[in-house]
Amino acid sequence: MVNAMLSRVAESIYWMSRYIERAENMARIVDVNEHLMLDLPPGLPAQWAPLVAITGDEAAFKKRYSDADQDEVSWFLTFDAANPNSILSSLRAARENARSIREILSSAIWAEINEAYHYVEHLAQTRAAPHHAFLRNVIRASHSVEGATTATLSHAEAYHFSRIGRLTERADQTTRFVDIRYFMLLPSPDEVGSPTDDLHWTAVLQSASALEMYRQRHGMVQMQATVEFLLVDPDFPRSVRNCVSRANESLHAITGTRSGTYRNAAERRLGKLAAELDYTSIEEVIIEGLHEFLDSIQAKLNECGTALRESFFAPQLTTRANAARIAIE
Amino acid sequence: MKLDSYQTESFYDELFLADGSPRNDFKSLVDRINSLPPGDLIRRQRAAERNLMHMGITFNVYGDDAGEERILPFDLIPRLVTAKEWAWIERGLQQRIRALNLFLDDIYYGQRIVKDGIIPEELILSAKGFRKECVGLAPPRGVWCHVTGTDLVRDGDGQVYVLEDNLRVPSGVSYVLQNRAVLKRTFPRVFQGLGVRPVSDYPGRLLAMLKDVAPDTSGPPQVAVLTPGQFNSAYFEHSFLAQQMGVELVEGRDLTVEDDTVFMRTTAGLERVHVIYRRIDDDFLDPTVFRADSMLGVPGLMEAYRRDRVTLVNAPGTGIADDKVIYAYVPKMIRYYLGEDAIIPNVPTYLCWDKQQMEHVLDHIESMVVKPANESGGYGMLIGPHASAREHEEFRQRIRSDGRNYIAQATLSLSRVPTLIEDHLEGRHVDLRPFILYGRNVYVLPGGLTRVALRKGSLVVNSSQGGGSKDTWVIAAESGVEATSGGPAS
Repeated sequence: MVNAMLSRVAESIYWMSRYIERAENMARIVDVNEHLMLDLPPGLPAQWAPLVAITGDEAAFKKRYSDADQDEVSWFLTFDAANPNSILSSLRAARENARSIREILSSAIWAEINEAYHYVEHLAQTRAAPHHAFLRNVIRASHSVEGATTATLSHAEAYHFSRIGRLTERADQTTRFVDIRYFMLLPSPDEVGSPTDDLHWTAVLQSASALEMYRQRHGMVQMQATVEFLLVDPDFPRSVRNCVSRANESLHAITGTRSGTYRNAAERRLGKLAAELDYTSIEEVIIEGLHEFLDSIQAKLNECGTALRESFFAPQLTTRANAARIAIE
Repeated sequence: MKLDSYQTESFYDELFLADGSPRNDFKSLVDRINSLPPGDLIRRQRAAERNLMHMGITFNVYGDDAGEERILPFDLIPRLVTAKEWAWIERGLQQRIRALNLFLDDIYYGQRIVKDGIIPEELILSAKGFRKECVGLAPPRGVWCHVTGTDLVRDGDGQVYVLEDNLRVPSGVSYVLQNRAVLKRTFPRVFQGLGVRPVSDYPGRLLAMLKDVAPDTSGPPQVAVLTPGQFNSAYFEHSFLAQQMGVELVEGRDLTVEDDTVFMRTTAGLERVHVIYRRIDDDFLDPTVFRADSMLGVPGLMEAYRRDRVTLVNAPGTGIADDKVIYAYVPKMIRYYLGEDAIIPNVPTYLCWDKQQMEHVLDHIESMVVKPANESGGYGMLIGPHASAREHEEFRQRIRSDGRNYIAQATLSLSRVPTLIEDHLEGRHVDLRPFILYGRNVYVLPGGLTRVALRKGSLVVNSSQGGGSKDTWVIAAESGVEATSGGPAS
């Protein structure tokens, strides 16, 4: 084996992990909304459309669905093969990527992904409504893949690309959980800060499996502390800041570049975003507009993805000069 | 599960004699199967299938959108080969591979065998697998066919024949290794103490062979497996072999040629590759030399190969010996190059390019198997006894209009092995594909892939047409002395 890895393989393991994480987050979103809707006070209509809005797939949804009720939205997000971000599609994409790089994975990782896909695919064929146990199983399968990756894949380059994929996806998804409030229809402005509002933020924390850790740190659930916990808590493993900063560590582990410096576009973008999150004041963010801030973080994560592509997955061809140099070595 | 009620039905059975008693060397296996509690065999069979599915040991079916992937049907009852018979097969295969390799080396440099009148020149030039681009080349160690998967069959009277040579990119060895692994897991007790020769060192031997044929390099040679990609039907095998050898699995787009040197694109720039175990056909290797529309190959690869900057395994051009008309000449090649008689005979073959032989085929087509000279996978062939009068007539016309492209053989009564069908054992026809490596010397993997035609009465064992596979157990010689494998390469 060479020290570096094939660019195509690096890209595939990055996407494999991203898609697994995406499937997990889709399951989280559907699961939590189901609970939240049951807790709404009488008279308030159930809201499922916001789930579609935060995934950014509204146009695709409207083309093929009419009602945006629980049945339609949860089908769209779980078993709909035509939705590229559904749980089924994400696991299929993860598996296709895994299949194309099986030779570098441990068989434990491959087996976890393969079984998860077959499980979901089988349920999709029965056309059963996605139930709670199913959603928990998807989350558990994702944890199994992550566990198998950490426990059985050498902590070398492939592992770090996998980790970067998983963490950037997780960071992106967490911003979407936080943003869901923006899309909820509320009867009057005084709803903000009301018991319904607290219920909402509790549900958001639950969606990120963050409620227990949040309580240890902040106690009572309230809006600003929740936003702070999910966006910039240094220690919580699903907070955006934690994800970005650990992805940045992995990137430096790959290149060997000294922390705090950069030698390519990916290192510069990811390092800059990590630094921004280190020094973000949530108070200011809320005054200036939470939704806009979340949008900008999502855009920056996208830029990091593009930069990874330029720097590692499809670099400008190292041509004659370099080839000659390598041939001499 | 009892084998007492098993019927050999007048076929040659690999496990049983005609009177229904087990063959001597295999009695202990039959006893063990008989002693299993009822239902046990079926439970283990299902467990083995689940195991294969979970591990994703599947193949892709061309033209099947819905299913896309299936496990290669696997049957739990192994096919056994005695030590004595195996020693004979091994000698026969080594002899045959040596002669075929000498033939390839000769055809692309000098063509003595043509000049000496053994094989007509027109047959060589009209063979689809003949590559004029390879004329004059001399691959490292003079080896062309590094990996071969020869198909053997046994007729009703017990005689073993070579059916096909498969010198291009034979597949199936991964199933040999996986079948053994699954059988060990699902059937551990039955396995113990029978003295089955192991197969698990194949990837190590393959890697050693690949390194043996590397071009001269200063450092250790870098080996890669070249695959057409994950939609190829044998993708699992490509990936499995790369993983087991610990080398990179590359696609054409991962490689680039600079200054007649082959490199892989890595996250840290370009890395030189010295040996490519390519699992794509000659046609697709290099769009600047072969098919221009190939998206799978690497522009410039052939030039790098011609200049000895990279070794291709198998060498381009080996396909000529897969032509079924050329196949018919292999016994003559053995005599010509080695001065020996063929140890394992060919299936008697009629060549339709010869007027007299063609007439014989046309008259007896109902009882013969007719095959196109250049197809594989069991496609485009006619099994006379199982075909309709209309199909007979259709093939007669094809043969008349393109005699060069057809051969015919008497229909063999392939031997059978007990196979689990629903809840009981029935005989099913089998063939055997041993795998042979040729680098420093010729090595034959003990056993090989036993393919089984799962449909009742069928003679077609190809996985694309209802075939499955079985594990193949070569019993170790009692004395512990095994036939030596190989000798110095020529």
